[in-house]
Amino acid sequence: MRKNIVLCGVGGQGTVLASRLISAAAMAKQIPVMSAETIGMAQRGGSVFSHLRMGEGIWSPMIARGEADLILAFEPGEAVRMLPFLKPGGQMIVSTRPVMPVTAALGGSAYQPEKMLEYLKQHVRNLRIVDADRALEKAGSPRVLNLVLLGAAAAGGELGLTQEDLRQAIRTQIPERFHEMNYRALTACGDA
Amino acid sequence: MHSEFLMGNEAIALGALAAGVRVVCGYPGTPSTEVLETVAKRRPDQVYVEWSVNEKTAMEIAGGAAYTGARALVTMKQMGLNVASDPLMCLEYIGVKGGLVVLVADDPGPISSQTEQDTRHFAAFSKVPCFDPSTAQEAYEMVQQAFDFSEKYGTPVFLRPTTRVSHGYASIRVKDPEEYLVREPEGFVKDSGRWVIFPRLSNRNHRLIEERNAHLQDVLSDDPANRIEPGEGSGADSRRGLAAGGISWTYAMEARERTRKVPLLKIGTPYPFPEKKAVEFLSGLDEVLCVEELSPVIERELIYVCGKYGLKTRIYGKQTGHMPLSGENTRDSVLAAAAVFLGAEPAAAAAPELPPPPELPVRPPVLCAGCPHRASFYAVKQAMKGQKTIFCGDIGCYTLGNAMPLDMVDTCLCMGAGLGIAQAIDHLEPDRSCFAFVGDSTFFASALPGVVNAVYNQASFTLVVLDNSTTAMTGHQPHPGTGRTMMGQVVEKVSIEKVLRGIGVETVETVDPLNLKAAVETVRRVAAQPGVKAVVFRSPCVALMKSARRMTVDTGRCIGCAKCIREIGCPGLSMSGGKAKVDPAQCNGCGLCAQLCPAGALEGVENHA
Repeated sequence: MRKNIVLCGVGGQGTVLASRLISAAAMAKQIPVMSAETIGMAQRGGSVFSHLRMGEGIWSPMIARGEADLILAFEPGEAVRMLPFLKPGGQMIVSTRPVMPVTAALGGSAYQPEKMLEYLKQHVRNLRIVDADRALEKAGSPRVLNLVLLGAAAAGGELGLTQEDLRQAIRTQIPERFHEMNYRALTACGDA
Repeated sequence: MHSEFLMGNEAIALGALAAGVRVVCGYPGTPSTEVLETVAKRRPDQVYVEWSVNEKTAMEIAGGAAYTGARALVTMKQMGLNVASDPLMCLEYIGVKGGLVVLVADDPGPISSQTEQDTRHFAAFSKVPCFDPSTAQEAYEMVQQAFDFSEKYGTPVFLRPTTRVSHGYASIRVKDPEEYLVREPEGFVKDSGRWVIFPRLSNRNHRLIEERNAHLQDVLSDDPANRIEPGEGSGADSRRGLAAGGISWTYAMEARERTRKVPLLKIGTPYPFPEKKAVEFLSGLDEVLCVEELSPVIERELIYVCGKYGLKTRIYGKQTGHMPLSGENTRDSVLAAAAVFLGAEPAAAAAPELPPPPELPVRPPVLCAGCPHRASFYAVKQAMKGQKTIFCGDIGCYTLGNAMPLDMVDTCLCMGAGLGIAQAIDHLEPDRSCFAFVGDSTFFASALPGVVNAVYNQASFTLVVLDNSTTAMTGHQPHPGTGRTMMGQVVEKVSIEKVLRGIGVETVETVDPLNLKAAVETVRRVAAQPGVKAVVFRSPCVALMKSARRMTVDTGRCIGCAKCIREIGCPGLSMSGGKAKVDPAQCNGCGLCAQLCPAGALEGVENHA
């Protein structure tokens, strides 16, 4: 199995932890993994991404355009920004919940999230839209969007890992007091 | 041996521990920081680790450790090497007994630095051998090789990863702690003919260094760090090749798979340059494309080799317009350049053509919601309204005070430079009220000589110390003002106020910036004093605290004036349906917005999230 996954969002949304959980789950199944992510100044409210590559014969942790089997987008605008990385026929899973930039609040940028979702519906054949507000309410915390999206990708089969694989990874990577909340988030979009 | 999923920097740390390193010191800086932090987390008891006050001090400590025969690692980003260059240039002439590895992480882009300087040049300038890893696994192995090399040839050795190597993760094979090298250093042996630098010693050692590095060119030509991936195919197609180093080598490896498998020269030691290996590579080729980031180091070396050995191979790269002169390479840019050079269409997975998307959100980095720096900048701005001012900024999170609507950073150059710039403006424009802003870690790292200079030379400006009790931008490292060390000790803090008073700054006032009224009054009072005076804004970094409260909007009271948004630009605030709205996932309840709301519509509530 060779798989390229892009995770994208806004600094603070938990893309890095999501990437770490996928990697740990893959490692546990003896699948070689490489990843790369945004670190440093851009993390402070900027656009962030993780590239994650699984399988044999990979040299670079970076993914080229048109090469991603799966894009997990934590934010509609960031989904559009990263769309050129999706391969023809690749799967995109996107959260509906926008993060408004400070520039928009100051009137410097006309960001309209609903136009982003429209654009994605027109141009992505395999698109799954996750109603983040409903899923997060079901999970019982506003801060577990990463697990919600991972759970959705596992349930759909695009991740190549099961929810049980991810549950194992949560056990090794996350402090115990958060386990229950994270398990709930994992299945907020349905079991598999 | 076992497998671990490690960041490149973590792999370097574990490699250094496996090589029996005894002393590890450095100064934080992206993308180098995680090396030392990992050493601190994973070190055996006998390993000493510290965040030093700056890179120069760190280099001197590492050098001193190597004088005893102990293995030492010193870590910094490329900007830090400028600070550490004085001791390093001299250390090369003196030489070392224990292995000394100088970890300098370069930052193509640049992603989080002021310059795109290339440490491979610094290697040639200082005559210090340089290892340039392409992957996390290679970085793990190279740091161990670098220690052996350093000891064998008595020289400091650079290990120079770039951002994507330092911050890329991979599942790699590492040694178990029981396999780590354990060795007691001999100790310092007095020998003034060896350890005291004088012109006569420098003259003698300079010759020896040049002879050694010429010899190392041959040694490194036979080292697997420099190798040729053979090509496949024949005829004219087989007369072209690629040469690459660092992360770009991995991009080139993958570009070959999607274009044509031409010969590829990997340069793992850009200095001393493996000339014989280069001659072996170039001899069968008509044309070579060089793929590297920052400066055209490999490209120039190959041109030099062609001239020296009378080879007719044409060398392409940055200087011929085939590769970009600045910025990062990417998988895509290298694939595209290789395809053009080789006249081959890239196979498979072309990105589909899409119509232009709607306007994408612009997301410049901003100060966090609740960041005390925002309150400090706002207080100075309010206090000095209507006056002729200059606000000299510095390097750290607080550089972000430049963003609208705060707009409180008029200059930013390098660490500590704001003090010098403020003094210059004061001498030339005495009617201007000059301010220099500096963070707490930067204060200790590089502001002190500037304060002494200003006091003694009769300058007049206000020093503003933004003390959030940590080195925030790089991920919260301790410094002399925090009272804890990387060895886990709780120690007496070095007091910023006492240091300033000791130097002769008579007016030093400390205030909580989140108390807006008091903060504004303090700035007004202090700035009116003559000479050098200081305000210390003290409030902890929000990223370090679990906030017990957050703000909420009383929509009945909110008059929709948006003053809270226009004045301070907090990412936790936005307008929704003509009223202010607080994002509970971001708000830390600092309360600055409530202090400037004309309608009293913002109030703090207990935070349950």
